[in-house]
Amino acid sequence: MRSRLAAAAAVAVVGAGLVAGCSSSSDSPTETGGRVDLTFWAWVPNIEKVVDKWNAANPNIHVTVSKQAQGDELVTKVLTAAKGGSGVPDLVQVEYQALPTLVSNDVLADIAGEVGSAKDKFAEGLWQQVTLGTQAVYAVPQDAGPMMLYYRSDLFQQLGLSVPKTWDEFAATARTVRQKDPKRFLTTFSAADPGWFAGLSQQAGAKWWSINGETWTVAINDPATKKVADYWGGLVTEGAVDDQPMYTPEWNKALNDGTLIAWPSAVWAPGVLEGNAASTKGKWAMAPLPQWSSGESKTGNWGGSSTGVTDKAKDKKAAAKFALWLNTDPDATAQLVTEGGLYPASRDAQAGPALQKPPTFFPDQADFYTQAKAIADTAAGFTWGPNVNVAYTAYRDAFSKAITDKAPFGGAVDQMQEATISDMRKNGFKVG
Amino acid sequence: MAAVARRRRTAQHLVPYAFLAPAIVMFSLFLLAPIGYTAYLSLRKIKVEGLGLGRGSRKEVFAGLENYRQALGDAELWRGAGRVLVYGAILTPVMLGLALVFALLLDSPRIGLRRFSRISIFLPFAVPVVIASLLWGFLYLPSVSPGQHLMRGLGLPELDLLGPDLIVFALANIGIWGGVGFNMIVIYTALRAIPRELYESARIDGCSEFQVAVRVKIPIVVPALILTTIFSVIATLQVFSEPMTLRPLTNSLASTWSPIMKIYQDAFARNDIHSAAATSMVIALVTLVLSFGFLRLVQNRAFGAENQ
Repeated sequence: MRSRLAAAAAVAVVGAGLVAGCSSSSDSPTETGGRVDLTFWAWVPNIEKVVDKWNAANPNIHVTVSKQAQGDELVTKVLTAAKGGSGVPDLVQVEYQALPTLVSNDVLADIAGEVGSAKDKFAEGLWQQVTLGTQAVYAVPQDAGPMMLYYRSDLFQQLGLSVPKTWDEFAATARTVRQKDPKRFLTTFSAADPGWFAGLSQQAGAKWWSINGETWTVAINDPATKKVADYWGGLVTEGAVDDQPMYTPEWNKALNDGTLIAWPSAVWAPGVLEGNAASTKGKWAMAPLPQWSSGESKTGNWGGSSTGVTDKAKDKKAAAKFALWLNTDPDATAQLVTEGGLYPASRDAQAGPALQKPPTFFPDQADFYTQAKAIADTAAGFTWGPNVNVAYTAYRDAFSKAITDKAPFGGAVDQMQEATISDMRKNGFKVG
Repeated sequence: MAAVARRRRTAQHLVPYAFLAPAIVMFSLFLLAPIGYTAYLSLRKIKVEGLGLGRGSRKEVFAGLENYRQALGDAELWRGAGRVLVYGAILTPVMLGLALVFALLLDSPRIGLRRFSRISIFLPFAVPVVIASLLWGFLYLPSVSPGQHLMRGLGLPELDLLGPDLIVFALANIGIWGGVGFNMIVIYTALRAIPRELYESARIDGCSEFQVAVRVKIPIVVPALILTTIFSVIATLQVFSEPMTLRPLTNSLASTWSPIMKIYQDAFARNDIHSAAATSMVIALVTLVLSFGFLRLVQNRAFGAENQ
């Protein structure tokens, strides 16, 4: 699903191609009976097949997909195109955490009028991410990444472990694994994956950014996040979990050969495991993420994206109509699941026919998606700020350094807060 | 009659410019103009108002030298420069030393497989840096590296090549592997240009092959050595792809490990092209000063003969 190495390889060729042409006009050609051609930047595999369906049914609103690199690179490209003033697509796929950055740069249009009524089709936590907690709506949720715990059921049985229900039990399990087999670790703490840590912090109730009137509040070092950081810092320091990054050849091997036997991840993990640890098919099982207090059921989101309409779109109404159809129509969402391999944000689609069977990599867990839907409904809401990239970079640098220096993780969270807030102040954001 | 001659002279004067024009146009378009634009950007900044979410809440304003003050006052940039200096202190002498030794060996009269050796030493230069870094990354990671596997098999302690202490050597190794071939070719070409009679007279004077190398060949290829040193210093200051590619594999590399990585972070992670532009200008200036300073320092020694 994601290849860190490929992404790293691609950084060397950063350069946004500016395609000339395309003028913006405010009146809607479809309303006057004409035909409008929209361009759509997205990275979901096979999404053009879904779009073909739309084009067959809507000859007046023709959408052309342009395949793009995933995530941050696409954000950079859209920002560059917007700055250049030409070549901006009409529709764009955006990860939730990048929405405020794009809104802040006047790239995305407010489509509350066109799609606001779809609010109830999505989990509250997801809808909050596309409104940024304001009255506006900047995108339609496409897919979600509710977090859950994946573990090697065969090795858990072999080592006599039970599935941890709380994080205390998780820590105890981690220690037991080390005692029973010093070659294995329960899991690893990755300083390279800020999105993963953000999801874990959401579960604990973290609110990194919030908006009060005309002021931002930044609280990355809030007690909830500190609790999560200290917890993992303790486990890393005592050697109960590994401290090497995820998404490396080393990590693939550890998943394959059973050096790592559990992975707190998101609903899309089966695809990653299939690609990176092919020899372990059928040996994994999924359970809810361990909880901070027993009896609770909460989770966070790791990843997920939405469909936004750009401010320069030729026909915003038509574009919003397409974005809504793509992410709520039963046929479209079913096809996004089967062809694109994503977990839909729409509640109806989560219970749809495409998700009746478990992922092929988990043949023994028949109720995989029933459980996943129940977990997805418990995902905490979250407001992303306008400089998530700064916080994420600070996460990578500060936690890597804390690990190599064997320093407590609480300080790393403070550094994230410091870097994020000073960047916002420097740019002139009103920060409380 | 005189007028025609003058006209012809003017036309003749213009001919060289016609030949130069394509180069001048290209140079201006793709080098001077971007540098000018970078300088312009470095004097401006983005000013956000309030939440920064409304229409037009982001304005580009004149910043004066503020970006430069911040770039020069940024401790992380200087720490990055320090790390790059250590990296360069390992890379440059080892790489050029090896390049010189290989060039001399290839040039010595009794050597077999000359063409094969030359190509195999040069080949790594043809591998793009990102690919080379990915390959070496695999070789460094303990559980997938054949080298580490061998060490374990022999009961030797494992080296954590991606750990905080050895990472700079791991990076320098990639640079050396990729750079020796190119520098060797430059020096070897200079060696081939030396008239053979010089060696003959040296041998008649009783020089051994080793003495010929040290007393005749090396002094004559000093200009080539200077050229390769300047190239290496510039490449060192701009090291980017190797640490950027290895970064996801290890906890030991910060996103601002080298100055160019910091520029990349500023421009594309922090989305602040203005401070990135200012830092770029600073690094360009330092590179210029270092290269010309070095050239100045060694000029008399190397090119003294030509100036006389």
